[in-house]
Amino acid sequence: MSNANTKVKEPLFHVVKRIGMPTWQSWLIRIVSVVFALIICGVITVLMTGENPLQVYATIIKGAVGTERRIWSLAQNTAILLCVSLAVTPAFKMKFWNIGAEGQVLIGGLATTWCMLNFGDKLPNWLLIIVLLVVSIVSAALWAVIPAFFKARWNTNETLFTLMMNYIAIQIVSYYVLIHSNPKGSGFIGVINPNTEAGWLPKLFGQQYMINILIVIFLTVFMYIYLKYNKHGYELSVVGESENTARYIGINVKKVIIRTMILSGAICGIAGFLLVSGTDHTITRDTAGGRGFTAIMVSWLAKFNPIYMILTSLLIVFLQRGAGEISTVFNLNQSFSEIITGIIIFFIIGSEFFVNYSIKFREKEGK
Amino acid sequence: MLIAFLQRAVLQGIPLLFGSTGEILTEKSGNLNLGTAGVMYVGGISGVIGSFLYEQSHTDLNAFWAIFIPILCCLFGSLVMGLIYSFLTVTLRANQNVTGLALTTFGVGFGNFFGGSLIKLTKSDVPSITLSRTSLFFNKSLPFASNLGWFGKVFLSYSFLTYVAIAIALIMTFYLNKTRSGLNLKAVGENSATADAAGINVYRYKYFSTCIGSMVAGLGGLYYVMDYASGIWSNDAFGDRGWLAIALVIFAIWRPNMSIIGSILFGGLFIVHNYIPNLSMGDQELFQMLPYVVTIIVLIVISMRKRRENQPPACLGLNYFREDR
Amino acid sequence: MSSNAAIELKHITKTFGSIVANKDVSLTVRRGEILSILGENGSGKTTLMNMISGIYFPDSGQIFIDGKEVVIKSPRDAFDYKIGMIHQHFKLVDVFSATENIVLGLNDGKFNIKESAVKVKALADKYGFEIDPAKKIYDMSVSEKQTVEILKVLYRGADILILDEPTAVLTPQETSKLFDVLRKMKEDGKSIIIITHKLHEVLSLSDYVAVLRKGEYIGTVKTSETNESELTEMMVGKKIDLNIKREKPVNPVDRLVVKGLNCVNREGVKVLNNVSFTVRSGEILGIAGIAGSGQRELLEAIAGLQHLEDGDIFYNNPKTNHVDNLRDKTPVQIRELGVRLSFVPEDRLGMGLVGNMDIIDNMMLRSYKKGVSPFLERKTPKELAEKIIESLEVVTPSAQTPVRRLSGGNVQKVLVGREIAATPTVLMVAYPVRGLDINSSYMIYDLLNEQKEKGTAVVFVGEDLDVLIALCDRIIVIGGGTITGEVVGTEAKKEEIGLLMTKSSGGAKDE
Repeated sequence: MSNANTKVKEPLFHVVKRIGMPTWQSWLIRIVSVVFALIICGVITVLMTGENPLQVYATIIKGAVGTERRIWSLAQNTAILLCVSLAVTPAFKMKFWNIGAEGQVLIGGLATTWCMLNFGDKLPNWLLIIVLLVVSIVSAALWAVIPAFFKARWNTNETLFTLMMNYIAIQIVSYYVLIHSNPKGSGFIGVINPNTEAGWLPKLFGQQYMINILIVIFLTVFMYIYLKYNKHGYELSVVGESENTARYIGINVKKVIIRTMILSGAICGIAGFLLVSGTDHTITRDTAGGRGFTAIMVSWLAKFNPIYMILTSLLIVFLQRGAGEISTVFNLNQSFSEIITGIIIFFIIGSEFFVNYSIKFREKEGK
Repeated sequence: MLIAFLQRAVLQGIPLLFGSTGEILTEKSGNLNLGTAGVMYVGGISGVIGSFLYEQSHTDLNAFWAIFIPILCCLFGSLVMGLIYSFLTVTLRANQNVTGLALTTFGVGFGNFFGGSLIKLTKSDVPSITLSRTSLFFNKSLPFASNLGWFGKVFLSYSFLTYVAIAIALIMTFYLNKTRSGLNLKAVGENSATADAAGINVYRYKYFSTCIGSMVAGLGGLYYVMDYASGIWSNDAFGDRGWLAIALVIFAIWRPNMSIIGSILFGGLFIVHNYIPNLSMGDQELFQMLPYVVTIIVLIVISMRKRRENQPPACLGLNYFREDR
Repeated sequence: MSSNAAIELKHITKTFGSIVANKDVSLTVRRGEILSILGENGSGKTTLMNMISGIYFPDSGQIFIDGKEVVIKSPRDAFDYKIGMIHQHFKLVDVFSATENIVLGLNDGKFNIKESAVKVKALADKYGFEIDPAKKIYDMSVSEKQTVEILKVLYRGADILILDEPTAVLTPQETSKLFDVLRKMKEDGKSIIIITHKLHEVLSLSDYVAVLRKGEYIGTVKTSETNESELTEMMVGKKIDLNIKREKPVNPVDRLVVKGLNCVNREGVKVLNNVSFTVRSGEILGIAGIAGSGQRELLEAIAGLQHLEDGDIFYNNPKTNHVDNLRDKTPVQIRELGVRLSFVPEDRLGMGLVGNMDIIDNMMLRSYKKGVSPFLERKTPKELAEKIIESLEVVTPSAQTPVRRLSGGNVQKVLVGREIAATPTVLMVAYPVRGLDINSSYMIYDLLNEQKEKGTAVVFVGEDLDVLIALCDRIIVIGGGTITGEVVGTEAKKEEIGLLMTKSSGGAKDE
């Protein structure tokens, strides 16, 4: 018979799962990957512009933190992205792929807008802001609980469901913006209550974004404690790790799914509130600006740890703004920053392979 | 007017058809490529770059090269995108959702960056690139279509890429249902471990289907620029069509032939507001969410009815690692 | 003798780390012959067969096919030598039809499902299988799925078929049908190796029986020249004194009375059939039986994790003397009734513990709900973790180490330690020493004895008969979902239990 078959070569190497790796080592791998990515991006930029590479990096840094205004803007953008990332994190820890944050943020923002337009002159400002916050939280949570209900009841694929919900939310916002556009027919709502500033988050210490940042810091601490020290946070990790174990110790898995998505949606609602009431004072279909998707990467890169998320969201916003500056200074297109972000994320997610797996090369044929 | 509506619906639907057929092929291997939106952008801009360079360097365009160069560039660009995705998820086993989203960020950025750069090169007053000369070649419809009355208009009045899209969807249906390789591919997406045990090279199938799927989806981007937009590229004009293509995959319950009808239906839903009299601008926006609503309903219904043939591939979104068994 | 041997193994040895799975095994199967491989769980039967089918590679020894020495490195190689294995866990694609599954991965000329279906049908008819080639796997019963697996192997032209416990999932009727088919294949000149624990099946089907015990090859006998008691003795061996202490139970009272349990699993197979028994305080009740005879469902039913068709589980509360029925109660409801029930499941990391969490957080699984505070209280679990690490000598870098990184024995100590720490009145343990070294095993036995002395009613599901006999006060034997007998620990004989175990669900009929 066919003896030729037995001469099939053993592959040169094979991949095995690592059992564990010291934390410092895994972080070293990630840092090295970011450095690699930055070098590649630098090379690309140099090729594009013909500038001195050091000049390029200097421009990135200048663009992100060059002036006081830029620093504040960086902090504000980081805060909002961090807020959305915090929102998706509990769902991910439960292995519920909520990629509908974009829509949930918009619905929260829309609820805020609605209240600002309708109650702007009827309530004292402090009460109005509380109403804004509550209404945005409730509406975004309701929006988020719809896919959770179907997941819990019929195991409907949540990735696809939440994805579709985004575009429904976007269209609802477009609709609202058009029928309430100001001036009529312009297609934009414009700044709401520009004279009374009703429903605007007030300045704190003379800084427009201070309250936003403080709220997000509070949320970060809250989420860290919730996931680490709260019973609900513990339950959702157990559900995410093993539904069988959850059943074994008597956790009601369906209840946990729904409860967690309410939380996820609620925080998205806060992000929407911060964007409308605390930042833009208006809403468009682009208000969420893709943060719902970027947040997924932020959360995942940080291993779902809220404290690490401060770093990862800062990294991404820093790069976006730095690359934006490159585009302006070197006369490139603004989308350059998206390319840079994409490349860096490719490198970081690729590097996870070396954290989780090791490659074993074929031993010399001894037998 | 009905005929005009149908024609517009087809024109709207064909990019989605390319996108969804490509994505179906990809998903059949268990890879959920959420980067399709990015892939279609890259496909579009790669074609634009190719034809831009050709138009710039030649005053007399040769019909063959005018069509061949953009298509080749488009296929190459989307192939690279497919390779990036496959390398990260199949070889490096990165999370599919994160990889896909990063691919979309990258792809959309890539498209707009080069789009913007070309616009700057042409120093034109409007923020777009016009490749109407190339587009003319793409837009050629069958010469005798206009002689056949309404039949000609509804069925034969389209450009050749339209028929290519339908042909690809039909070939894909045949491939998935009637060929050995198609059967193997479905096995990979349904139960990778079983496929592996049956001697099927799981990784190779995942690579191939993702890369070919990307190339097909990329053509959707090219179609949009050359046919739908008559050769005019402007940044972000492609919009959310990539996501709509993913929605269409669900609507078609992972069947390329259903995708043909679905794409025209989605195209129709997308533009139906133009044909309903007395709609306000706002109501038009509401109408545009119909495809997504319909998709969610389909998704819910298939999960409730639990018919096994209609479920997503069982290993969708999961990476395969032999030693995990 | 080896002139007409279809497959011959000579001195095969295979070790996994320090565990010897197969030691110096030699076997011969000729054309047109059925060989049974008999042995308890863990005797190395499946490992041996996996070496023939190319999944493992032997450390030493030779394999001959038709008298020629061969090297089988992969399932592909095995297939080239016309060896086909039917695994216990089917490898089928649910949404495919029978034919599609059968031709999957093959490369045999033109692809035409209809033609293949005709060939499949012809093949099935030849051996007397009943099958609808177009039927989808998800619509099939277990025995139909098995048919597909067998046809898959035959379709690839296999001459040597290996069946790994094919009857474990079948009803008696289906079993006899399968045996008819196997006999037909034998007449057709195929060589068949069948792994089983059921003695009457061995006797009725095979020509030769090879017996393995704890990895060692005991011998091959001609079926026509042997009988049940000789085979049982070969299989279980002489009684070994394990030196496990056993005190007499003190004031045993009925703690758990199980009456008439009936249970159907997800595939629609009846896994528990009218099961009744009593567990008393201060004693260890052993449950013996071939793996997969309904032990898991039984324990899960008591723990509130398994839906029952019929039956009652009465718990006699020692504090209130109140009797509660635990049937169809959730684990939380059971706890709320004041039932202190601890359960060490078979699947330690998939059910009892969370692999990615550290020891402290795993301790908390049981206790985290206590108290009204919304926050977790980690102090007590931490103390408990440290106590268990110290007293049970758990080898771990720290209490903050994910349990996934611990060795099997240490994982088990963590789990058993936690369950015992809840001061249970009923403690159920399933295969608690599987994969553990001798020292850890003895530690677990001591812990169980300690619980018994404290008056806990202990249920011990085990596979090693020596241990069951040495440790338990009473042993019930489960076979095919029914209780086939009960013996007293001090008087039990291995052969007796072995015989009870190998009775199938149709046991009554056999007698």
